[in-house]
Amino acid sequence: MHALLFWVLAVIVGVCAIGVVVTQNIVRSATWLLFTLAGTAGLFFLLGADFVGATQLLVYVGGTLVLVVFGVMLTAQGPFINLKTSAVEWAVTTVVGFLLFGVLAVTLWSWHPEEQRRRQAMDRALVELSADPANPPATADIQKFIADHYGITIDKDQVELYRSVLAANANPLQTMNSAVLGESMLGLKQATPVSTLSGVNARNVPKRTQMAYLLPFEIVSVHLLVVLIGAAYLARAKRRRGAVVP
Amino acid sequence: MNPITLNHYLLLGALLFVCGAVCMAVKRNAIGILMGVELVLNGANVNFVALAHYNLAFAVEGQVFALFVIVLAAAEAAVALAIVLNFYNNHMTVDVDTAEELKG
Repeated sequence: MHALLFWVLAVIVGVCAIGVVVTQNIVRSATWLLFTLAGTAGLFFLLGADFVGATQLLVYVGGTLVLVVFGVMLTAQGPFINLKTSAVEWAVTTVVGFLLFGVLAVTLWSWHPEEQRRRQAMDRALVELSADPANPPATADIQKFIADHYGITIDKDQVELYRSVLAANANPLQTMNSAVLGESMLGLKQATPVSTLSGVNARNVPKRTQMAYLLPFEIVSVHLLVVLIGAAYLARAKRRRGAVVP
Repeated sequence: MNPITLNHYLLLGALLFVCGAVCMAVKRNAIGILMGVELVLNGANVNFVALAHYNLAFAVEGQVFALFVIVLAAAEAAVALAIVLNFYNNHMTVDVDTAEELKG
């Protein structure tokens, strides 16, 4: 189900993003962008980030995009609705775009392949062998399963480490909700328990202090106020210079 | 069917980023360029939230940073549009190809 929803939303987002780029008409571009942002909000909901998804819909689609549409409508006089770019520019930019995407894709697929494969093997083994929650599978069984299905040998120490990390986390994703976000913003609750950061042995990770995001939150609020005042001053009604006289 | 891994989401974020970058480079309308910026920021947000879901260490941080990005993108869009409107009022055009001289 997760896979089906992901593919539907990913296709929507991808096609609409390409639509934003390809369309020459500025108003149609804004509409493609609307669907891209709505699809992205759907992806956030699929990933379990309810608050971020709702904020995306409220602020991005309902605020920023409406502002963009205002701008489009205020400036969409006759010749500016369709501003064409030359074919040479399109060709060069498309080639560079494909190259950039290639670089990013190759980086993704060659990043820590051993570590990723080991973790996937471990997750798979734990899922397959944990039939009874009261009776966790033995380390030797896990090692055998991974050796049989993945051809990787993992030593006992790493299996123990991984299991201790999982036990320490006790699946925070199940308890992750907006209340946790709010409490971590106020510093009332330790935001993230000790877990394996990439490349760091879980036993050597220092005890994490309470993560409070109150200060960045306040900074962003003041930033918004300043930007509001600045934008209101910049866009104030002025006598239009060089007005067209019929 | 294979389960959806983190790489799928990161690839989608990369696609959004590249679409935004190409949009910024190709559009002649100033507001079209602003739409490219929004696409880039959304690509980054998809990356943040996907990592928040798939990596237990960043369950809260990913979403907090995505929220900050959304708010800051709104602020930046407001200022960018104010600039574009001023440019339009002064030069009667939104074509960025005509914005070649520094003197207003």
